Parts: sequence; structure tokens; C-alpha cells
Amino acid sequence: MKIVNPAKAGSLESNDIFIMVFPNEKGIEIELESIVIKQFGKKIRKVIEDTLKELEVENVKVIAKDRGALDYTIKARVETAIRRAM
Amino acid sequence: MENILGRVLPDYIEGYGEVKPFSGAFSNLGVKGKSQVFVKCVSPRDVKLLNSIREALEKCEIKDGMTVSFHHHLRNGDYVLNMVMDEIANMGIKDIKVAASSIFPVHAPLVEHIKNGVVTGIYANYMSGPVAEAVSKGLLKYPAIMHTHGGRARAIESGDLKIDIAFIAAPTCDEYGNINGVYGPSACGSLGYAIPDAMYAKRVVAITDNLVSYPACPIEISQEYVDFIVKVDSIGDPKGIVSGTTKITKDPVGLKIAKMAAQVIEASGLLKDGFSFQTGAGGISLAVAKYVRDLMKNKGIKGSFAAGGITGYIVDMFEEGLFEALFDVQCFDLKAVESYRRNVAHQGMSASLYGNPHNKGAVVNRLDVMILGATEIDLDFNVNVTTGSDGIIMGGSGGHSDTAAGSKLAIVVTKLLKGRLPIVVDKVTTVTTPGETIDVVVTERGIAVNPKRQDLIEKLKNTNLPIMTIEELKSIAEKMVGVPEKIEFDDKIVAVVEYRDGTVIDVVKKVKE
Repeated sequence: MKIVNPAKAGSLESNDIFIMVFPNEKGIEIELESIVIKQFGKKIRKVIEDTLKELEVENVKVIAKDRGALDYTIKARVETAIRRAM
Repeated sequence: MENILGRVLPDYIEGYGEVKPFSGAFSNLGVKGKSQVFVKCVSPRDVKLLNSIREALEKCEIKDGMTVSFHHHLRNGDYVLNMVMDEIANMGIKDIKVAASSIFPVHAPLVEHIKNGVVTGIYANYMSGPVAEAVSKGLLKYPAIMHTHGGRARAIESGDLKIDIAFIAAPTCDEYGNINGVYGPSACGSLGYAIPDAMYAKRVVAITDNLVSYPACPIEISQEYVDFIVKVDSIGDPKGIVSGTTKITKDPVGLKIAKMAAQVIEASGLLKDGFSFQTGAGGISLAVAKYVRDLMKNKGIKGSFAAGGITGYIVDMFEEGLFEALFDVQCFDLKAVESYRRNVAHQGMSASLYGNPHNKGAVVNRLDVMILGATEIDLDFNVNVTTGSDGIIMGGSGGHSDTAAGSKLAIVVTKLLKGRLPIVVDKVTTVTTPGETIDVVVTERGIAVNPKRQDLIEKLKNTNLPIMTIEELKSIAEKMVGVPEKIEFDDKIVAVVEYRDGTVIDVVKKVKE
């Protein structure tokens, strides 16, 4: 899938994650900020990467601001943002 | 060495001294001595009322290395600690130890004093905000010493914590040092936490914004303990001192937990005439009071007392006749302040009367049921309310350990997850309250009973409550969020956590950058 427009999904509410995606020339770039970065930072990053892979996105810049979202929430927010960006 | 909970402790900590390891909640009792106080006598012609904080500091002969104390009844509205510490800094004094019963975000200016060596030590029962973060980062020269509310009173009475000058924020005061908390623009009600300071500090200074004619009745702290009085424009911001009203949570998950906790109380058999009860002002804790109130009304039960930091909700229960009396160490809202002023059976209590394990019996010993919160609880039922799961200090025992130890039934109410963080863990980051004093943990997904309470497990078998092991609770949480990675710590000790009897239950180390 090719990202043509910037788009966003989610919110900064507790237990949610706010995802912004932008077109990118050089692969996948993820900027993550989280209230549980020390405990779950790697896991959140992996869920975002796996979701992008499933959607066959190869070039994108993702800015993620996490407020303690669970994996399925992260997956849903990423997918929504990507579909909005197509 | 290790204490009885397996926490690794050094034998000696610089700036703290020799470590006495925690050896069980009731193992360090017996006969205990009280500290001698040297009083500077006041003669009939002496004038106690001074013109400024500076003058009071000079008259008390403030010097490097002294310990100054403060109470936290003005909570996040307190101006007094900052006013006094700024003046001490202006005088060029260094190496001061601040013994504040609690520290709040409003005390942020203390961070500067820590950085430039004016303040090198802190004693507190609870701290949150910028000061707690600065301590966690290791900015304070010596480790902070964290007490419980009862443990602080014990430390002051025994002489473990020697106070050179106590500064008492006084909502109402006369020129001879009689103090009450029930009148004035900064009225906060009971002054229970200030009483040990007033009785045992070498010098006592009352700071007031409501100087009244002699005598300032009803007297909570009397003239015999007070050296000097200083009048200032304002001792605090009423908005930060007490909230207008405390409200029951509307969160359905919180309400479900509260309802289940009330059902546990009912099944325990303690809910009968003479029942005594304490709960915090927090969302779920206060909601438990709502269900207990309904149960008491439906069954026509008349309780003996409710204790603690008193809220308007508990006052309502008292005024409906559900309790004969209230024991109040601190008023949480204006309704509680008003009731404390008006009702004879709304009884003030000092921190020592509330929870000191080394007196002739504290009020916590008479509690049937205590409702508690938790940041983390582990498989041994040890509770952490001192640090967040990120290892940063964000609280402290307050009365947590005291009430857990004293009450017949100590119930922790908490959601199973906070954000993405599981509350039930293998080992808590910091032990605040030992598991031997915690009986039950109630979450929205299930209830775990401490295996040492087989009697309670038997009683709960006959209910339809979801009873499970604490291991099962932990595994439900981990299925939902995964297993969190461990936080890494440095070797530097930033805080020593004392149990109420003065033994060391744990230490807080600096989080690795």
C-alpha cells in the first residue's frame, strides 16, 4: 500500500494511542512516545511494525503517542490511519 | 543482608545510619522509651508574637544542619513550607533536613534548595510531584526517609527523628500560641499530624493568617507547646487545601469493584452492631462506603466509629446515625471541616493516636475493616504505594501500613490494570506494606484472599463471588497486556522505606537513565 496523504487516528485519552502517518521516501520510520515506554516500548513498536507489514506498507513515517493502549487498540489505530492515508 | 521479605539491604546507609531490617509486622513491640524535650521557659512578660519568619528563625537560632518540620494539613495549597525554606535559603543556611509529614506538587521550589545544598535530607510519609521526581533522580544529598503516618509519630516520640524547629501552619491562632484548624480563610479542620511535632520539637513556631484575640477556642494545639507566633498574609490557597465536595466515582468498573468489596465485608461477618470502618477519599475506596452504607441501612446496623482522613460522605453516614463517632486526623473536604467544628462526637486524633505502633494502643487497632489502594500487589500480597511501576516515587504509605496492620480485615481494591500496567505482579517494585497484613485483594476480574486467612476463604466459598488465587489474577492480567519488561536500577539508594516500627522494609534505588 502506498501512503499518499498524511492522516491520523486515535486520541490522547487514557488507554488509547494517537497515530499520525506521513508519506516517506526511505522505508519505515517510527517515532514512539509512551507512558509505559520502559515496560512495553519494544512490544508497542513491534505491533506497529507487524501491522504495517500486514498492510504491505513499505514507506511511511509514523508518529505514535501512546497512553497505555492494548495491542488490539494499537493495531486498529494504525490500520485506520493507513487506510485514511491511501 | 536481607530482611524477612527477601529485600536486599545494606547494613549501613550514609546519611541514614545503621539499618534495622524489617522482621515481621508485630515482632518489634515490647517496652519503648520516649524522648526527653528541653523547653525554653516563657515568663509572664515575654512576648511570643514576632514580626516575621526571619525574626522567628533568628530567635530559634537556626543554623546549618538543623531539622525543621512541617505538617501537611494544607496539602497542595500549602504556602508555609515554601515561605520558611525560602527565608532559610536567603539567610545562607545549608544542610537542612526537612521533616514534612507529606510533600505535594506545590512544594516544587524545594527542588532548587535541594540542588544548591540548602536542603540535604527529607523525611516524609508521602511525596508526589517535582520533589518526589528530584529525589528519585538522586539529586538529594542523602536518601529520603519515608515513614508511615503512625511511624512518623513513633519516630518523633522515640527521638529517632529529632526536630529542631517545628513550623505549624495555623488556620487560627492567638498571640500566645493557641491554635485551631476550624476557623479562618485556610480552615482545614483537624490538625492531627502536627501534634507530635508540637509536643516534641525543641522550638515551635506557629505561622498564621488569622490572628484572633486570646484564647483561640476550640484549642487543638495549646500555648504550652508554642514558642513563637508569626502573622503572614496567607498560609495557603483554600482551593488546594480541601475540595468542595468529594464525589463517588461513576466509572462502572470502579463501582463493580466497590460492590464486590462490600459483599466481601458482608460475608466476613464483621458487618454487625459496633462495626468500625475506614476508607480513603479515592474513587473506588469511597465507592465502597456507598455500598456499605446501603448494607448498614438495609440491615439496621449501627456502627461504632469511622476513622481516618474524613470525607463529607462519611460525615453523611455519621449524621444518619450509621456510626456513633468519627475519629479524624485530617479533614478532606469542607463538609468534614464543618462537621468537625460542630459535632462533639466528631473527634480529632493525633498521628500517634491514629497509628503509632509503640504507644498504649492506636485507633487502627480498633478497626474492623480498612479499604486500601495499591499501585502494585505481588504474589505474597506485599503492596507498593510508594513508587510507580517505572520506579519513580509517586506516593508513600501515609496510613496504609498502619491501618493494614491494625484492622481485622484489610481489603485492597484496585482495577486489574492501570492503563497497560498489570497491578498484580511477581514482586512489587517497592514494598510499602507487608503482605502478612493484607487479607484480600478485590479487582473487577476476581478476588484473591491471602492464604493465611483460611477462615475467610471458607466464609467466601458460600457466596457467588469470583474467588481465585492471586496467581490466577496475575495470569489474567498478563494475558491481556503481556509481560512488562523489568525496570533497571542503579546501585544508588535514593530513599529508605521504614515500616511503622522503624525497621527498614525496603529501599528505593535510582532508576537507570
